Amino acid sequence: MPFLAQWWDLRDLGNPVGHFLQFLNDHGPDWLPYVASALIGCVAVVLFLVPSQMVIVWAERRLIGRIQARRGPNRTGPWGIFQTIADTIKLLAKEAITSRYVDRWVFWLAPIFIFVPGITVFAVLPFGEHMVLADLNVGVLFLAAVGSVNAIIVFMAGWSSNNKYALLGAMREVSMLISYEIPQVLTLLGAVVFTNTMSLSGVVHWQDHYNTWLIFLQPLALVIYFISASVEINRSPTDIAEAESEIVAGYHTEYSGIKFGFFYAGEYFAGFAIAAVVTALYLGGWTFWGLEEWVPGWIIFLAKLYPIFWLFIWARGTLPRLRVDQLMAFSWKFLLPLTLVNIFVVGLEVLIWQENDLSAGAVLPACAIINLALAVGLTVAWARFLGHARADLRPRRALLMKEVGAIVYGQEP
Amino acid sequence: MSRALTGTEVEERIGRGFPGAVVEANEQWVTVAAEQLVAVATHLRDDPELDFRYLVSVCGVDRLDHFELVYQLQSLSRNHITTLKTRAPDHKDPQVPSLVPVWVGAQLQEREVYDLMGIRFEGHPDLRRIFLWDGFPGHPLRKDWLGMPGGRHAGLGKFPRED
Amino acid sequence: MKTEPFVVNVGPQHPSTHGVFRLRVTLDGERIVDADMIVGYLHRSMEKLAESRTYTQNIPFTDRVDYLAAMANNLAYCMAVERLTGIEVPPRGQFLRVIMAELQRLANHAMAIGAFLNDCGAFYTPFQWMFRERERILDLFEMAGGARLTVNYMRIGGVSYDIPPEFMPAAQALVKEMPQRISEYEALLLENEILIARTRNTGVLSADLAIASSVSGPVLRGSGVAWDIRKADPYCVYDQLDFDIPVGTRGDCYDRFIVRMEELRQSVRILEQALDMLPGGPASVPVPLALRPPPGEVYARIEAPKGELGFYVVSDGSPHPYRWHIRAPSFINLTPLTDMVRGLTLADAIITLGSIDITLGEVDR
Repeated sequence: MPFLAQWWDLRDLGNPVGHFLQFLNDHGPDWLPYVASALIGCVAVVLFLVPSQMVIVWAERRLIGRIQARRGPNRTGPWGIFQTIADTIKLLAKEAITSRYVDRWVFWLAPIFIFVPGITVFAVLPFGEHMVLADLNVGVLFLAAVGSVNAIIVFMAGWSSNNKYALLGAMREVSMLISYEIPQVLTLLGAVVFTNTMSLSGVVHWQDHYNTWLIFLQPLALVIYFISASVEINRSPTDIAEAESEIVAGYHTEYSGIKFGFFYAGEYFAGFAIAAVVTALYLGGWTFWGLEEWVPGWIIFLAKLYPIFWLFIWARGTLPRLRVDQLMAFSWKFLLPLTLVNIFVVGLEVLIWQENDLSAGAVLPACAIINLALAVGLTVAWARFLGHARADLRPRRALLMKEVGAIVYGQEP
Repeated sequence: MSRALTGTEVEERIGRGFPGAVVEANEQWVTVAAEQLVAVATHLRDDPELDFRYLVSVCGVDRLDHFELVYQLQSLSRNHITTLKTRAPDHKDPQVPSLVPVWVGAQLQEREVYDLMGIRFEGHPDLRRIFLWDGFPGHPLRKDWLGMPGGRHAGLGKFPRED
Repeated sequence: MKTEPFVVNVGPQHPSTHGVFRLRVTLDGERIVDADMIVGYLHRSMEKLAESRTYTQNIPFTDRVDYLAAMANNLAYCMAVERLTGIEVPPRGQFLRVIMAELQRLANHAMAIGAFLNDCGAFYTPFQWMFRERERILDLFEMAGGARLTVNYMRIGGVSYDIPPEFMPAAQALVKEMPQRISEYEALLLENEILIARTRNTGVLSADLAIASSVSGPVLRGSGVAWDIRKADPYCVYDQLDFDIPVGTRGDCYDRFIVRMEELRQSVRILEQALDMLPGGPASVPVPLALRPPPGEVYARIEAPKGELGFYVVSDGSPHPYRWHIRAPSFINLTPLTDMVRGLTLADAIITLGSIDITLGEVDR
């Protein structure tokens, strides 16, 4: 066991757990600490996720209400704080209507498996220095691998429903997930190349060691990762698979009651996972330039995680939805070249740094400035090259005419 | 102001090209024989002075012994309107040529007239009922339709009116 | 690769078909090959019912035709009967009619734009913002006519009640704030890249097809044809008011959207003038209860928010109309739907349907 502080040092919750496991190790069979640590880790993850989800669902509804110039839930308890509990009870009490022609086993298993990627990813996420369930040294690879299981689960749900709308939703979802895997993985790779480690707590330590956050060094990668991840978890403005106004509810049309509740909750768990990955990789994890001496690291981590989720909520409340082929074109034509250039530039920078053995104090600011300029310049230039700034795509107003009778169809204003 | 062309004005325009087509013309409307309807309508649409490119509305009226179809026509460039009528003399099974080849906008409106009044339009690309379902008994907007199931007969009784 | 087209039923129960509207699309992959619309789920046989009621009793029916712009229907019908009987509405009544018609246009376009953006996926945010204004307008309607949605305010010969004293300050406050609110909506929506990417070149309707298909209203104006009944065939006091008509140039969904946004501004302009010019005097002339117009027929039309709304009334001298036909703009605007939708994906077809702005009460009557 690595060096631990006192067991009552709650700045890192790994301390009491570590001391407990040490106690078990001394007084029990050999396998007991491993089993105990696994159990404690799982329970801790679930204890974090479920209350967070309940609070965040309420917060999202109130925040979206605020964006829409109305109050959110305000009847169930003061400021509506029991709304999620009320919704859960309602979903549990609803009749679970199952059509006769569904594929029984797949239909029943899909909402259970929807939690698998969302929760499993938390095994490698570091909430504090010793608060990682499994500090794999290929943590980023684990993230990418487990995250793509989502596609199969969604397709299971859509296919087994025996419903054309659900199938349309599932097909759209799978095509989108495949499209956005590559930018997602490549941007994660950018962080890995820079920090020379795939372990997430290793990346956090690197950021702590060099006193900087990766967001300053890789803004483009962060933005692209955020967009790709938002698509992966079906968050608006990219919630095509469950686009309510078009195909009713997409792949979860046929699910009612608590099964639908599972899909709904699973989306939030995945959202937390993404926000936690962004926090750990790009925002310095549990470190805050020395503040972690006084404030517990996991509180700093959560304080960074929830504002990232606020960005998801903000995008949902403001932006309309893209069409599925536009979304895929965005990924393949726009994001993919940008991520490739990003990897190339990052690799070059790291190479120059290592080969010439320069000091970090000189290299890192230079990298930050170069990468920021690259991010802005490349995005604008590539957009123009692809034709996104065409004249006929610019916003216009209607022509005002005083007399009737003229036909101006086809004339440019 | 949209100038309302009187029926007599339109009659002279039609009369030159289609002698014998006009059955009746007065201040408000001009009635044309059903056989020449499509030809007259095409002429009204294409004639540069009249330029009735816009069909405003199609309406059927049950006149108890014949059916009457009322077409309101509008010219956008000249800003004048007029009323064109035609008759379907057979009250049991009325037939009128369809104006869909002339103005596409007649498509849904003629389906509506067929559905509610039973007037068949020859030449309509897709004549089927639009509001009522396929097995609906009769055509409700006719004056002799008393569509109460089981009881009343659909007969020739006049529609009760206050006198 | 051999593909097979399959048929998807959109509606009648669907969050985005604006009512009970069914569209049977034949899809080949994601592209639409054919679209067949099936309406009639809201058919209430109004035209038949009207033949057994007096002319005044038919006015509440007209409310329910296009229930989102109720007073426009009232206005068209009352104008038709007044033309038939030769009744003249006093100036105050004319101005009140114009004020109510323009307020109704604001309310309808707020709903239409909000619902259109809902279909685009903008999770109710523009919808809720526009409904703030619509709520204020509905409060004004409640002040004047007693009801919010189907107000039944117009009568043959004028309006039913004169406006209460609290109407004018509230209406003037609304008109003063509207331009700034419209600018807010435009700031959110006009330059939104996602909206432009979705609606530009989607659901294009050329001017020739629009004229041949008898479409009217913002759909026709979005296709580049400058045609507005308020300017072409002015009724009430529109010839004394100064306003412009917005016209698009491409006939796609974006143009119909910007035409409606600009019509909001023009309606506010008309309202400012009308509220200032409102004269005194009686608001209506008395009309007998069982009105017997002389035998004859009339076709009267107005520029309703959805298009050209016309009433064709045939009278035979009795208190009941002999034939009562509504020229419904939503119904006729659906004529080119199949052509507009062919080749688009299903999502774009829903957006195109939303941009035509139909109300099923008017389509089915």
